[in-house]
Amino acid sequence: MKIDTSKNVLGKPINRVDGVLKVTGHARYAAEQQFDEKALVGWLVSSDTAVGEITHLSTEKAEKAEGVHAVLTYKNAGPLKPFSKPASESRFTQSRAVLNEPHIRHFGAPVALVIADTLEQARYAASLVEYTIDAKSPDLLLSSEQATTVPDSLDGGFEADVESGNSSHDKKAVEIEADYTTPSQISAAMEPHATIANFDGEKLSVYTSVQIIASAVDALAVTFELDEENIEVKSPFIGGGFGSKLGLHYDAVLACLGARYLKRPVKVVLSRRQVFYNAPHRGHSFQQMHLSCDSDGLIGDIEHHSAMPKAKGYEFAEATGAGARVTYAAEFINSTHRIKDADTPLIDSTRSPGDAIGSLAFESAIDELALKAGIDPLTFRIKNLPEVHPVSGKRFTTHRLGDCLQEGAQKFGWQHKPAPKPGKLIGHGVASAMRMNVLVPSAASISLDSNGKLTVRSDMTDIGTGSYTILAQIAAGAFHSQLDSVDVQLGDSSLPPSCGSGGSFGAASTGSALMKACELLKQSLKKTLKQKLPNLTSECELVLEGNMLVVYETDVDTHTTTNLDTHIKRADVDTHTNSSEPQRFLLSELIDKDNFPLTEIGEVGEDDTSEDEQYSCGAHFVEVEVDTHTGEVRLKRQYGIFSAGKILNVKTASSQIKGGMVWGAGYALTEAIHHHTDSASFINPDFGEYHIAVNRDIADVTLDFLETPDYEASPIGAKGIGELGITGAGAAIANAIADATGVRIREFPITMDKVMEGLQNKRGG
Amino acid sequence: MNPFSVQHIKHTQDITGLSTEDRAKYIAGGTNLIDLMKLQVETPSQLINLSQWEDEQSITEHDDHYRVGAMVTNTALANYAYHKPSLSLLSQALLSGATVQLRNRATTGGNLLQRTRCYYFYDTTNACNKRQPGSGCAALTSMNRIHAILGTSDDCIATHPSDMAVAMIALDAKVLLTAKSGEERGVPVREFYCEPGSTPHIENILENEEVITAVIIPKQRHGSQYYRKVRDRSSYAFALVSVAAGLVVKGNRIEKVTLGFGGVGTKPWFPASAIKMLIGAEFSDEVLDLAIDAELADAKVYGSNNFKPDLLRNTFKSVLNSLYEHQCENDDYEGALYEN
Repeated sequence: MKIDTSKNVLGKPINRVDGVLKVTGHARYAAEQQFDEKALVGWLVSSDTAVGEITHLSTEKAEKAEGVHAVLTYKNAGPLKPFSKPASESRFTQSRAVLNEPHIRHFGAPVALVIADTLEQARYAASLVEYTIDAKSPDLLLSSEQATTVPDSLDGGFEADVESGNSSHDKKAVEIEADYTTPSQISAAMEPHATIANFDGEKLSVYTSVQIIASAVDALAVTFELDEENIEVKSPFIGGGFGSKLGLHYDAVLACLGARYLKRPVKVVLSRRQVFYNAPHRGHSFQQMHLSCDSDGLIGDIEHHSAMPKAKGYEFAEATGAGARVTYAAEFINSTHRIKDADTPLIDSTRSPGDAIGSLAFESAIDELALKAGIDPLTFRIKNLPEVHPVSGKRFTTHRLGDCLQEGAQKFGWQHKPAPKPGKLIGHGVASAMRMNVLVPSAASISLDSNGKLTVRSDMTDIGTGSYTILAQIAAGAFHSQLDSVDVQLGDSSLPPSCGSGGSFGAASTGSALMKACELLKQSLKKTLKQKLPNLTSECELVLEGNMLVVYETDVDTHTTTNLDTHIKRADVDTHTNSSEPQRFLLSELIDKDNFPLTEIGEVGEDDTSEDEQYSCGAHFVEVEVDTHTGEVRLKRQYGIFSAGKILNVKTASSQIKGGMVWGAGYALTEAIHHHTDSASFINPDFGEYHIAVNRDIADVTLDFLETPDYEASPIGAKGIGELGITGAGAAIANAIADATGVRIREFPITMDKVMEGLQNKRGG
Repeated sequence: MNPFSVQHIKHTQDITGLSTEDRAKYIAGGTNLIDLMKLQVETPSQLINLSQWEDEQSITEHDDHYRVGAMVTNTALANYAYHKPSLSLLSQALLSGATVQLRNRATTGGNLLQRTRCYYFYDTTNACNKRQPGSGCAALTSMNRIHAILGTSDDCIATHPSDMAVAMIALDAKVLLTAKSGEERGVPVREFYCEPGSTPHIENILENEEVITAVIIPKQRHGSQYYRKVRDRSSYAFALVSVAAGLVVKGNRIEKVTLGFGGVGTKPWFPASAIKMLIGAEFSDEVLDLAIDAELADAKVYGSNNFKPDLLRNTFKSVLNSLYEHQCENDDYEGALYEN
């Protein structure tokens, strides 16, 4: 007997289970949710200066405007716990207070919230609010020397400064000093931050767009000094997060303030310009590097010194140097991070914090070193791959960067460049990607009803990445059942608390938790079956077929353990059963109806993951065409090859990685927030002038996975992919431009004027 | 967005019966005006909605010209022009602008009257003489990557963002205007726009309550044509530099040159000095340099747009060289070159 493994859908490139809901408009995003009573609409009055005290406020005209219900300011909005308190909480669970003091922390910060019947009424009335701010000159990071503070910690748990090994003279035949800069950047999720809240005097109900539900509940409890029991947060669909929705932002606190004040539902949706100021962005970076190698191309020194701004009163600094510490073996590694407190809007995780911009600079500089040493950049990278983590000396659970580089080069056709058209240059670029993997405590439950329907529940979110789909696949796979017999309920604080989405940890952590829940449910079913089938072995395989439970007795000698890892591994392969006929039971006859639904909760924690070094890795290859007259860069091909453990759904994983590669193109070529240094405001806070890549900028994007399940990383064998696609993607483009033109641009993004000037200087020289 | 009233017109003669307020604005596709109203940059008290204006929604061909109604959408005009070899340049210019969705709404008249995309004009917390006369110009001393190098003044360096208008200038089109009195007049697009001087809020020669009714494009030969738009991303971005060009050569001699520059001027730029150097000249790299030198003689740069003179020169020369090569091989050719 053989179980029909075609039903084993884990890993298969199936379409999103929520796809139809989304494309037919039935998936409701935060701003589309409704309470029984129609929500009033709030609109922000934004600060026109960066930092100072409100000395005058006049709201009468706005209050009298048509349709206006309230104008909230620090004078009447009611008490909140002071911003960023208590210190004992994390940045996602500290108070996000706003409108609770006359102090303004940054440009564009809320001065007032006008609440009216309609958006147009609120927006117009907001223009009638008059205010004066006694402004101080803002602190900004204008040069690397100004960043002198050592951050207490770095995002991802990295230490601010690391030094390992000893520098010798043997490996200094070739040396480079390379100072790179990357600009401020924004996550640019399609769905702006939006919240609709209701408060009945006791219970606060919130629909919002947030990546992590549990910390959002905590943040509201802290900010409003409410009991967590009385807070309900739902975020069933999210139109992209990219780090900007890890925590709650002003839209949420303002909507809740409005609801508390009026005891009615209030909706606040940030406009695109407001998103730039009222949600986090990434600070600009100065990355100064010293690298050396011997004449054979073996690396001696890797020094990477990062300087970035930190938003005042908000603890976040990114590990820009993480890649420099792990990607290549070196005699001596010295990586430091310095920050300066700045009067800016929140600075927080933005599309692969640390590695996105760290790799942009570091992998460019590595190319510079290789070229100066006269060694092919691909060969140079392969030559310097580490056996163990270069700093900690610990082993990697899996490490296939070398395979990625080698197989990738073959698939891409490294350095087999087509002949350029007249007036054009063609270049190839490569870059490595290393992204730390973490397993984060998470929980999910599985329920089985008497009809054989499985329901997955977790407060896990799906930010467009495919959580609904992979969780459905995991449950269906565990019971060899049809995908459509699984219902997945996510994004609701009443459900088992998960890690949420972020840091590339969502799928592996919550997926593993669900896998455990499924195992527990199977064990419970087997216990029940044992009463009917006393000879049943614990290795028997259970299959759900409609409302039937089918029991296959497996070859006991091949499966003698109940070890969870073994079970999961086995789910990947055909399950051989012995010759006895399967036994079929009607669920409703097997189990007393009062016991339905059967529910089990699975949890993962630190015991479920290795203490050795865990990284997802990959290699990016790019072909560009550069216009010799204008310096315009056109991408011809982006190819990536990645190793990230087991891939739970090849389609959603590929889509996510491709998205990262496209973001990488944005970082290399077009994206930059420009600052007004006098007012600490942004010059281009909209999608007209903050240039995210458009379809025409992106050519052929393809990728492959080198799939090796990593059961040391997570019980399900998966590692993070969310932030892997962008890591190194931009540097491969920068390196391709340098290959095409001989011009190295160290100031990102590489806009055409810089390339044109470089080409002219080269011709002139 | 402040409260406003709306009036509608269906026929051109309805304009004469309008009771308009001081702060009235015509609205056609609304792709620019509505955005500006949301940002409180434009605060009209009254909108005169042209979307049901039946008389000016079509393009007609006449003996010596094409007449394009003011309400013809950018999409419709681009389609029409694509099929007329001597208007290929116009089609390319239109299709390089905005997005399909915007072009479906945007109109010929509205496109000519769109406002600048200067960052500081859009942000009401910044000084802008165009938005608020006398308040100053933040662009002069701040980031001015997208700003003009030609036709600038100490009060304003904002560019006119239209691609279509650059082509219209190159093709020597004329706008037809109808006043509330019913009076009509025609003005060459080359004379329609004003340089900012000390009054950057006055952008064109429209008198109070005049409305654009149509654009007249003369039927002329333009030879090999190309609208080359250089920008920070390959679509949905305004030109840093654009060159609208057509070239007819006989042997080596430049018989006719059609030119317009975008992204560099405070108005869609008609490079009269360059054309003067080119007409009748033997085609050569040197003459191209002389021509662009002549046009750039009065150019001023402002810091972050210092690259624009070089970018304009390089773009201009590469476009003209491509057109020349093409003309040499196909001397009867009429129509655009297309990127492949």
